[in-house]
Amino acid sequence: MSETTTTPRQTVKTVLEVRNLHKTYGNQEVLKGVDFTVGSGEVKVVLGRSGSGKSTMLRLMALLEPLDAGEVIFKGKRIGVDANNRPVRERALARQRSEIGMVFQRFNLFSHLTVMQNVTLAQRLTRKAGAAEAKARAAEMLDRVGLGSHLHHFPSELSGGQQQRVAIARALVLNPSVMLFDEPTSALDPELVNDVLAVMEQLAADGMTMVVVTHEMSFARRVGTDVALFDQGVLVEQAPPEEFFTNPQQERTRNFLRHIH
Amino acid sequence: MDFDQSIFLQALTSKEFLSGAVLSLELAAVSQVAATLIGLFVALAGISKSKTLRSLAWAYVWFFRSVPTLLLLLIVWNAAPQIIPALRDNWYSPFLAGFVGLSVVEGAFMAEILRSALLSVDSGQKLAARALGLTPAQTFLRVELPQAIKVALPPTGNEFIGMIKYTSLASVISLQELMTTAQVQVATTFRYAEFYTAALVYYLVIVSAVMVLQHQVEKRYRWVSLPAKTRPRVERVPATLKGL
Repeated sequence: MSETTTTPRQTVKTVLEVRNLHKTYGNQEVLKGVDFTVGSGEVKVVLGRSGSGKSTMLRLMALLEPLDAGEVIFKGKRIGVDANNRPVRERALARQRSEIGMVFQRFNLFSHLTVMQNVTLAQRLTRKAGAAEAKARAAEMLDRVGLGSHLHHFPSELSGGQQQRVAIARALVLNPSVMLFDEPTSALDPELVNDVLAVMEQLAADGMTMVVVTHEMSFARRVGTDVALFDQGVLVEQAPPEEFFTNPQQERTRNFLRHIH
Repeated sequence: MDFDQSIFLQALTSKEFLSGAVLSLELAAVSQVAATLIGLFVALAGISKSKTLRSLAWAYVWFFRSVPTLLLLLIVWNAAPQIIPALRDNWYSPFLAGFVGLSVVEGAFMAEILRSALLSVDSGQKLAARALGLTPAQTFLRVELPQAIKVALPPTGNEFIGMIKYTSLASVISLQELMTTAQVQVATTFRYAEFYTAALVYYLVIVSAVMVLQHQVEKRYRWVSLPAKTRPRVERVPATLKGL
């Protein structure tokens, strides 16, 4: 983990990038031209009040919603559009989405499937993996997140923290190049938060490229390569955690940090 | 006139009643299957983005919920062949006419059941499926539909029981189902009580069997790994509250 911070910035290869991102819902402009980049092995932590646009950026990065203007660039290639910059069809979007892992605030495990089936479904459908191979990979991944003994339970039989760890395994098993976390611990009881954060921290230590929208300040300090603040649809400030928390440059950042502590 | 048990028992065990009951059940089953498929397409049209499709779905539900089933059966069996010569041939049987009439009417009711069932599926389920790279068809068939079916099962069982009873309306189009069988026997013997009771018993048995079947299917859609008694409790009690 510490190696990535000592690596000179310029040599870090960009995995996912958005440029000049705009999004409006009704007459509410949620994103007002955001530029944001995450490089290989980096953990970008995104902070901000609710409604600041941080979750919307994540959804647009994951190609879950159409953007109004701007670009999403994945491994050097614009995604979500064809050669003529027209939005591509759902089937093509589906293929591109499977390269980007997404974890939701409310877990969204498939309630009609067991833990094992939750983790094998997309492997079977999008990776065309065989049943035995998919199961083996799922079992291995579930073991990594500490749920190896719950393979045949249904989501309703698990705690929130367990469900979220299954959701992480479900995304990881597709071998994504980047993992996006949308407030992964906000819906959890306080005593379950640490189990999920521990899995994420391990993931970061293993070198996974991550964007984490969260309110967990200690996680941001400990794990973040950079910490960014969103406010009213713009990226206000971005800096390594030490700098961000001790010497923020922007008044809005100081204001935000005052209200947290 | 007393209730003659031997006539009742004879009717109950007669070939006519048995084949009438089988015909009723067959008609109900194929009509319900067709109605469910019609209902699924109408429901999908009803929640689609296209305004035209939504209008068509609305019109279908409006029309076929409004028209009395008995009237529609008479139209399908008596009026349609007058307008469409092709329907005057032998292949156009009372069973087929009954099937068409019952399924298009029931399709309107199933459309409403399935529409509400599809809308009840948590939007996060679809979002997660899309994020994992499932195509729209895969998302619908592998994630949304199974969850909608769970919601639709109890009202659909209800509808199927209703359908079994509605097949008795096909007696007006000379289909030899259970009700017609009873009517024919009554017309020649005037033993109302015995034959009607025999028909009643058949309906009770059929509906009871359907209820058992429905219970079994619903059990499969409970989505728990263990019987309730042995299932571990997932709700955690904070240590500070224990012993209160």
